[in-house]
Amino acid sequence: MSTVQIWTLVFVVLTFGFYIYIAYASRVKDTAGFYVASGGIPAPANGAAIAADWMSAASFISMAGIIALSNNGYAGSVYLMGWTGGYVLLAMLLAPYLRKFGKYTVPEFVGDRYNESARLIAVVCAIVVSFVYVAGQMSGVGVVFQRFLGVDQTLGVIIGMVIVFLYAVLGGMKGITWTQVAQYSVLIVAYLIPAVAISQKLTGIPLPQVGFGQIMSDLNGLQADFGLAEYTSPFTQMNMLNMILMTATLMFGTAGLPHVIVRFYTARSVRAARFSALWALFFIALLYTTAPAIGAFSKFNILNQIPGTTIGQEPEWFQSWQDVGLITVDDLNGNGVIDVDGGLGAGFELAINNDIVVLATPEIAGLPAPIVGLVAAGGLAAALSTASGLLLVISSAVANDVYYKRINPQATEARQLMVGRIAMGAAIVVAGYLGINPPGFVAQVVALAFGLGAASFFPILVLGIFWKKTTAVGAAAGMATGLLVTLAYQIWTLPIYGGSDGILGITATSFGAVGMLINFAVTIIVSQFTPKPTETMQRLVEEVRYPGRSELVAAHAEGAVDEELIHGSHDDHGRHH
Amino acid sequence: MDAAKRQEYWRRNLRLMAILLTIWALVSFGAGIIFVEPLNDLANFMGMPLGFWFAQQGSILTFLVLIAVYVWRMDKLDKEFGITEYEEGIHHS
Repeated sequence: MSTVQIWTLVFVVLTFGFYIYIAYASRVKDTAGFYVASGGIPAPANGAAIAADWMSAASFISMAGIIALSNNGYAGSVYLMGWTGGYVLLAMLLAPYLRKFGKYTVPEFVGDRYNESARLIAVVCAIVVSFVYVAGQMSGVGVVFQRFLGVDQTLGVIIGMVIVFLYAVLGGMKGITWTQVAQYSVLIVAYLIPAVAISQKLTGIPLPQVGFGQIMSDLNGLQADFGLAEYTSPFTQMNMLNMILMTATLMFGTAGLPHVIVRFYTARSVRAARFSALWALFFIALLYTTAPAIGAFSKFNILNQIPGTTIGQEPEWFQSWQDVGLITVDDLNGNGVIDVDGGLGAGFELAINNDIVVLATPEIAGLPAPIVGLVAAGGLAAALSTASGLLLVISSAVANDVYYKRINPQATEARQLMVGRIAMGAAIVVAGYLGINPPGFVAQVVALAFGLGAASFFPILVLGIFWKKTTAVGAAAGMATGLLVTLAYQIWTLPIYGGSDGILGITATSFGAVGMLINFAVTIIVSQFTPKPTETMQRLVEEVRYPGRSELVAAHAEGAVDEELIHGSHDDHGRHH
Repeated sequence: MDAAKRQEYWRRNLRLMAILLTIWALVSFGAGIIFVEPLNDLANFMGMPLGFWFAQQGSILTFLVLIAVYVWRMDKLDKEFGITEYEEGIHHS
């Protein structure tokens, strides 16, 4: 075992032990604890949990690499602005109101505000989006184990499954929340230490956000030397229309993702829900303002170290990633040297997988072995925390929205909890299977999941709160049209299905924002011609707009308001209290 | 709260949101994308072209300030209207 592997093992065992201990200490006994941690999480902790929940393996492992390598610097800004800008929408348009409504899940809000058909569409959307997403996290766990500990990918995924099973099934949302707080701490420390060290080394300024500007003109010069477009120059890869639409898709998608929204139910109050959004963005911004710096530093180091190197004489980090196939060199002109003239990637002499940039950063910069191990533990924390949040969405959709609401409304608390745990266990097994045998489309669909979230959930959630006269039929029609049109467009334009150019050159990943506009239009138009929500529902929506105690909202949350008063007599099938 | 006060509370909430969301759009879609080229030509900030800085740092920092202002103003508004919060658990329907 190498020094790096020993240190990785030390950090992995320490952090995993810590997570399981926390889950054991906060184990739950009732469904409120299992699904929403009894609504008792203080805002800063809830914010850290949201940050860990939402920043996946993609944010931690891939994003800096995507910005630096597969996008050319500026074009990577869509992820930075899109994924953080959504929190402004969440904080102002959704979080406080959904918290006041006082339900467990997004499908539950949809079912309550609209009707049962809308709930079922929402259940399907939530499960599909979550499974697609969780498969990516699980295979990320496998990659980290494989590279850093030399274990088999399959065994790596199984270890990850066992850990998530232990703390998620035992502790439910309460255990997950506190574990995620710990995981956030691990991942942010692991992300910042190498970034600070590299910034100090390259620029003499320890703050990467500041140091990153110091190398920018040199980096632009280096890129020009190798015939690449300037790192900072706009629209070299993505035109303005696609930049705007993709940023919007990621923003509205973030605000429509079920595993993020459910987090605001764990806040103590409406006020705490607002503060949770602030803390969440603060914790996320620590990583998101650092990521573009890491991307630029790594590209600078790579362009400085690699071109012109004789094949076989590369630095050690380069060779170890070559061994696992994440860096490939193809000496096209046969001169025995690595040339990057004209570009990086497929069809050129040097191709570097996006996912290695962050994991390899400490090695590229020549930092000591313990830091390499810490970064590996951080990558695992990011993947596992997101996986557990998604698994909770799946299990609550199955156990609460399908089993309790549709199949057995008379189920006792203990039985509901058991069904929740079984659903969670089953979801972990399916997620593990998808992680070991990832279907080819996963990588594509993860990016598309945000488009589907934006096109299906966002409009009906916002209209449900801000427009009392949104009708159930309108919402169901809007959600279904938004989802279907977006899905159809994505399939039509994706390379694996033939890759049409689409309309106005809008890419599959950018279309979600258009689907969202269609959803808004359909919901509003159909609502004009369909039966209005009942008086009680309109009053309820109005009550939700004001924080503080409200008799009606409290009675509704307890299920004490007569069903017929809420939804009218024509829509009472399948609901019991 | 009576009906008139409620309307007043909601109107002020909406006005605050409208102002903050306008800034949100101007910084991200405006400074970060639509006007990125003129801003890049206009000035350098922290060593990089201004539009590029907005796209990779400035917009995120602005979002954070926007939510902070929202949380702070809403807290003040709640106090002004005498809204007290109950920190209670969520009930199951």
